[in-house]
Amino acid sequence: MVEKNLTVRSSPHLHSGESTKMIMLDVLIALIPACIAAVWLFGWRAAALIVVCVASCMASEYLSRRVLRRPQTVGDLSAVVTGVLLALNLPSTLPLWQAALGGVVAIVVVKQMFGGLGCNFVNPALVGRIVLMMSFATEMNTFPSPWVDGVTSPTPLAPDAAGAYDLRVLLFGFHGGTIGETCAVVLLLGFAYLLWRRIITPTIPLVFVGTVFVLSWIVDGGVYEATYQILSGGLLLGAIFMATDYVTSPVTPLGKVIFAFGCGALTVLIRHGGALNEGVSFAIVVMNILVPLIEKATYRLPFGQKRGGKHA
Amino acid sequence: MGLFSRVRGVKAPHRKNTADRETVKMSVPETVILSMAQHIGPPCKPTVKVGDTVEVGQVVGDSDAFLSAPVHASVSGEVTAITTIVMPSGQPAEAVVIRSDGEQRVHESVVPPTVESYDDFVKAVRDSGLVGLGGAGFPTHVKLQPKNLEEVDTVIVNAAECEPYITADYRECMENSWNIVSGMQTVMEYLDTQRVIIAIEANKPDAIATLTDIAKTVSKPGREVLVHTLPARYPQGAEKVLIAEVTGRKVPPGKLPADVGCVVMNVTSVSVLAWYLKSGMPLVEKRLTIDGSAVKEPKNVLVPLGTPIKDVMAFCGGYKEEPRKILMGGPMMGIALRDDELPILKQNNAILAFAEEELLPAPSACIRCGRCASVCPMSLTPPVLATAYAKEDAKELEKRGIMVCMECGSCAYVCPANRPIVQTMRLAKDLVRKAQKKS
Repeated sequence: MVEKNLTVRSSPHLHSGESTKMIMLDVLIALIPACIAAVWLFGWRAAALIVVCVASCMASEYLSRRVLRRPQTVGDLSAVVTGVLLALNLPSTLPLWQAALGGVVAIVVVKQMFGGLGCNFVNPALVGRIVLMMSFATEMNTFPSPWVDGVTSPTPLAPDAAGAYDLRVLLFGFHGGTIGETCAVVLLLGFAYLLWRRIITPTIPLVFVGTVFVLSWIVDGGVYEATYQILSGGLLLGAIFMATDYVTSPVTPLGKVIFAFGCGALTVLIRHGGALNEGVSFAIVVMNILVPLIEKATYRLPFGQKRGGKHA
Repeated sequence: MGLFSRVRGVKAPHRKNTADRETVKMSVPETVILSMAQHIGPPCKPTVKVGDTVEVGQVVGDSDAFLSAPVHASVSGEVTAITTIVMPSGQPAEAVVIRSDGEQRVHESVVPPTVESYDDFVKAVRDSGLVGLGGAGFPTHVKLQPKNLEEVDTVIVNAAECEPYITADYRECMENSWNIVSGMQTVMEYLDTQRVIIAIEANKPDAIATLTDIAKTVSKPGREVLVHTLPARYPQGAEKVLIAEVTGRKVPPGKLPADVGCVVMNVTSVSVLAWYLKSGMPLVEKRLTIDGSAVKEPKNVLVPLGTPIKDVMAFCGGYKEEPRKILMGGPMMGIALRDDELPILKQNNAILAFAEEELLPAPSACIRCGRCASVCPMSLTPPVLATAYAKEDAKELEKRGIMVCMECGSCAYVCPANRPIVQTMRLAKDLVRKAQKKS
């Protein structure tokens, strides 16, 4: 008898070795170009915002878990991702304490109060941003020009700036905006990395951006205008890094398409019809809330089952 | 073979360390424990008493039930006990214990059967004691008597062997190629099908080459023997996956392969059948892959059925280190055993012993990444099912297809949060079964 120490557990007894932490690390790597560009364009304030937001999110995560007496999860790096994304969604002149507050809202209220990682129904970083926009409207809507201290410039989506920028300017980010949204090139670089590492599928970003492009073309009446729209504001940042958040997007393939189309359509609707210049955050958050319904409606048929057929 | 597999799955490591180890016949064990429940269906009843002298090939257990197969003595000697053992699944089963006299005298009933008709054929298959040797243990004669026999046009011989480590079927292909092909031809003839296809994963090129050669020489118009190369992707060997891959047909939930015109047989089953028709020797021994980090001499061993696992291990040089986990079957679907006293069963194809448990991280929260759903060969969406299970919603579980889950483990293999998905699916299926019984 040698059985004394045998482990008995359910199959399978092999694992791919992939972990949540590795996925989060890949997302962070994909965000590195955007962070470098943010500091390059907006200077040390951008770096300070990133550091403050990450620190605030990690501290919030750690303390929440401590207080709730739940297993510590700060090591899974998901709070770091939220912190970086929140920072990239803020203008460089935002007071640091306000940025820190955004992190607390994102982690404590949106994530941990609903049960922590995997249980939040809206994107924590986006809600953090929205709360800051509501609370500190002036600070959140002041966008300094890259490289020029003390001078603000309208974002490309402001009514008086519509069409004011050359597309090349938008591509490389030499215009007003939050620290992480202006430089399209680095965001696309991150997108390529996420695809290469198979962290995300291209469905949501492509359908989201594609929808904005097509609808803007119809509404604004030209390819230039449509291209201007997809390179402006937070669209690429949102479509690549926020709308693809696993927790708050559908798992079904068709659901992803519907979700992303909804994000795109709402973005165009808010940009053109609403009082706000930019609508990506709100569009994603609204669609986040619809995810359970979308998933229910788009559930895949099990192997061999015919549509409308009786399930066995 | 297409560039892309028709069905999903995972790229599990192959670890076919014993592929080149030729089968060695194990010495006769002191005692064998023959379980009466070595097939799916009602268990057999012992047909011998304590004190009886038995010989190799003699029936020691049988049942009147259609869904059953007889059990034969694998050694000659004396019945010392009729007892109850706990099977790997946790279910109790009756077992006949035989003390070997080491002589391996063959019973008089072991003579080649006379097979002249389909009825003779299925009777012979039943008498051989054959069950699905791929692991399921479904009585082979039942498989060969589908209700819609005339609609069956394809026999598929499953040599995929997609589980990591296991090379028992591969060795069968290499060592008994002619038996396999002759068995295939016999099945094709009596089921009156046009073709029989042997399906093998691409990671076994030698077996593919050998069998292709033989298949070419024996194929004739209207009775074709074909070799189909499968992508080396787990779980190609799962019955429904295999049928879809080879024929493009999908077996609907709750239906059988015969409903889409297919009969699937494991390659070793086919080979053993051919051997039985030639020699009359029923299923009394089985080739097993013995491997794993705790085994001193990994090898392929031909083991008398009912041999306690510890004896097989001793034959393989014993344990290198104290085993921490012993698996009956492969690492993806195998059952973790409580001890090594359990006897070898007909449908076993591997015993793996590991010194250190493969490092499995503790489960963390589901992040809904969807990897489980994207690899599920049955197109299920585990997060949705897990939620329904948490709510004990049997109706929703059934509607979302829980019963087609075959527990292949692809989902849990890729899960970055290392959730116990298969375990949840098992519990969920149980919940549905209980709800069905109630209503």
